[in-house]
Amino acid sequence: MVTLHVNGQDFSYDGDPSVPLLWVLRDELGLTGTKFGCGIGLCGACTVHIDGAAARSCLLTAEQASGKEVVTIEGLDPSGNGNHPVQVAWRETGAPQCGYCHAGQIMNAAALLAKTPKPSQEEILAAQNGNICRCGCYQRINEAIILASAGV
Amino acid sequence: MTHMFESALIQPGTVVNLSRRFVLKGLAAAGTLVIGTSFLPAPARAASAWKTGADLMTGGTVNNPHVFIAIDPSGIVTILASRTEMGTGIRTSLPMVVADEMEADWSRVRVEQAPGDNIKYGNQDTDGSRSVRHFFWPMRQCGAAMRMMLEQAAAARWEIDVTSVRAQNHEVVNLVTSEVVGYGALAKAASALPVPPVEALRYKDPRDFRYIGTGAIQIVDLRDITMGKATYGLDAKMPGMKFAVIAHPPVVGGKVVSYDASETLKVPGVEKVVVLETPPFPLAFQQLGGVAVIARNTGSAIKGRDKLKVVWDDGPNASYDSVAYRAQMEESVTKPGLVVRDDGDAEGALKSAAKVISATYYLPHLAHASMEPPTATAHVADGKCVAYVSCQWPGDCQADVAKTLGIPREDVTIYPLLMGGAFGRKSCYDYVIEAALLSKATGQPIKVVWTREDDLQHDTYHTVSVERIDAGVDKDGKVIAWRHRTCAPSLMSTFKNDYDHQSPIELGMGVVDNPFDIPNLRCENPAAKAHVRIGWFRVVSNIPHAFAIQSMVGEIAAALGRDQRDMLLEMIGPARTLDPRTFRGVKDFWNYGDPVETWPIETGRLSRVVEIATEQIGWGRSLPKGHGLGVAGHRCFLSYIATAVEVAVDDKGNLSIPRVETAIDCGFYINPERIRALCEGGAVMGTALAKNSEMTFKNGRAQQSNFHDFLLARITEAPLKVGVHIVPADVNIPSSGVGEPPLAPFAPALCNAIFAATGKRIRNLPIGNQLAT
Ligand code: FES
Ligand code: FES
Repeated sequence: MVTLHVNGQDFSYDGDPSVPLLWVLRDELGLTGTKFGCGIGLCGACTVHIDGAAARSCLLTAEQASGKEVVTIEGLDPSGNGNHPVQVAWRETGAPQCGYCHAGQIMNAAALLAKTPKPSQEEILAAQNGNICRCGCYQRINEAIILASAGV
Repeated sequence: MTHMFESALIQPGTVVNLSRRFVLKGLAAAGTLVIGTSFLPAPARAASAWKTGADLMTGGTVNNPHVFIAIDPSGIVTILASRTEMGTGIRTSLPMVVADEMEADWSRVRVEQAPGDNIKYGNQDTDGSRSVRHFFWPMRQCGAAMRMMLEQAAAARWEIDVTSVRAQNHEVVNLVTSEVVGYGALAKAASALPVPPVEALRYKDPRDFRYIGTGAIQIVDLRDITMGKATYGLDAKMPGMKFAVIAHPPVVGGKVVSYDASETLKVPGVEKVVVLETPPFPLAFQQLGGVAVIARNTGSAIKGRDKLKVVWDDGPNASYDSVAYRAQMEESVTKPGLVVRDDGDAEGALKSAAKVISATYYLPHLAHASMEPPTATAHVADGKCVAYVSCQWPGDCQADVAKTLGIPREDVTIYPLLMGGAFGRKSCYDYVIEAALLSKATGQPIKVVWTREDDLQHDTYHTVSVERIDAGVDKDGKVIAWRHRTCAPSLMSTFKNDYDHQSPIELGMGVVDNPFDIPNLRCENPAAKAHVRIGWFRVVSNIPHAFAIQSMVGEIAAALGRDQRDMLLEMIGPARTLDPRTFRGVKDFWNYGDPVETWPIETGRLSRVVEIATEQIGWGRSLPKGHGLGVAGHRCFLSYIATAVEVAVDDKGNLSIPRVETAIDCGFYINPERIRALCEGGAVMGTALAKNSEMTFKNGRAQQSNFHDFLLARITEAPLKVGVHIVPADVNIPSSGVGEPPLAPFAPALCNAIFAATGKRIRNLPIGNQLAT
């Protein structure tokens, strides 16, 4: 039995503890905001926050995540209204196309801004380089992060 | 509204997170007035104001307000989206047309997704960039009819003539007394009125459109997407659902000979394995076959599959080797092939030309690699099937699932959820068939999850092609001869055995419809047999055709010492209207499925987008060292699109793309903001296919498996300054297509820019390390 602390709530999971956190979040806890894209840490679709830092939930087992503070896109704005500055900026710029990669993009960007509130252009690109968008929304993702960092 | 299918399989309220079901329940409970087919005489079929080929597709179009609109007493207007959402914004754009034309206030409009049913909703094949082209008018008619019915109801209520009332922003105004009555209060009476026939419809003056053409409306799923609440195919939930990953035959068409699942079944969480039969060729949209591992979660299923031992019979494609195949195609284009267009005397003109410029281009197979891999969730029980899918063709999918299960079409309910990208892959719904078969075999609701490895290794690939062009120039520098040999396995091979030549569909994507003003123009198509499933990939055969043609224009310009843009404009020639059916040797010309009468080739529009894109990028300006400009302009999916690229290549041969300008003429348009997004995205996807992406095969097996070896464009290499310029068009200029075209001109424009910057001509994609010094 693994206990997971996700978005401020405790969940217990009685399955194989070596299964990636991603699948436990999605298939066992029903938190499907976190997406699957590659399973090997190369696309960023599965990005969550572990103790405040961006992490790929496909690379972490449920066991490794236990005892840590896990935040998913559903819990990014604890009020549940989706008004974290990064989420707001994302809507301002109309960043998503299919939208599938954006939970991961937003979680990654939010972790960047938490650590580096005023990132340089290079820092933004370096931070987001692990997040693939096949629809090609990078121009607006970049604009959204700049907007969010400006505190709009 | 008739899409409130209450499945016996799913008890209301047990499906979590599928907000649609709750919304509908809620509406019904509140005593919703439902405009349903029961009020209707016969469904009114749409007569489009511009003539399309929609009626050649199953279901054609439907413009009936009873099918698409529901108004509840509180005034909430619910509009059905019948086309599926993969990221183009269509789920917003078409309902917006209905809302605008019926004078509904967008803030009081809810959009719901129609289930799969081509007959009820009109054709739902969401691809071919045809949703607006085919459905703008039916949706406009639907909105106009609804507005007129509401006006009629208000006039009856006030006992005045209908000319004395006017619908305006969600209410009807009494022009005599200035009284108003809201749509909610009128809905019941309005719904009982006959639907006005198309000939009687009065449309809004386009100048009064509130939403159409403004770009002010955001996509309806935007907030949910930013909150992780938007529901994609992969997010479907059914009570008691199990998760399946499938060991597919490593070679397409291969079969399971035997398997050993003893280790698999020891993996915690794995519950069972099920064999899926491999159907005979042609596979079309059927399952690929293999062994499915079913588990309590996807992670356990993947672990179980890793432990599976399968002995395969690889079948007839086991020797496919893409290196040898390329050599064979390169050999084929040195010889004459099937003649598919033959204007003038190209052979003679090439012989007498003062100069002949020849080049051969190679473009590899590509995988779609939508960020959400193919996925579907199905439950088959009591002779019925309910499925939640990520699928571009929900209507055909409904029919084929029914056929596979041997049950009536009406007993299959397909709920299309959002797609996390699709790009043509999800027109083929083999994974939905898999889910249906596995649910039937187990009696449980099954979610089929394709891993990224499955997606890349068992795709319906973009074709591989070799294109050879020989151009003859006379002593005055005019291009007088053009011979284009195009060699590529056809996507029709997925549907018909022994289909060895490109189909009219593929040849109509840039080859036989070549608009150049060249008197002697011959196109040939040597045979090529497919050894993998070939499918539609965004902009399809325009990728290789536009690459070869637009690169060749650059090569001719270079050979003659001419400016590339001037050369291109000269070759397009004066503004003319062309009908490729009149070109000698062209048979069964395919105009993207639509009439040439409505969408002929208008070369003036092509020239214009080339002029706009080049002007915008500052063509001819002086550039820093290592920079270069290139352009490409192409007609595809009935639109005219040109992209100008500024590239920078450093001393080591690393390239970056500081600026891109795209001009598109897509006729009348609904949502310019999404057109911009799609053009920005096309430049990124174009960067990936130009620079990095390639699928290769050995022993019939795909050699790339994930994003470490199938490379996509990341934010550090993608163009981040893409300007988009949309040619304004009024409603009399038929809409064409937007989703696919942005990809076509990018790679040749980039390679023309690279030539300008470095003097190196790229003839083989991807560029990879060809520029390394
Ligand atoms: S799914 Fe985890 S990084 Fe791609
Ligand atoms: S928006 Fe579709 S993958 Fe990023």
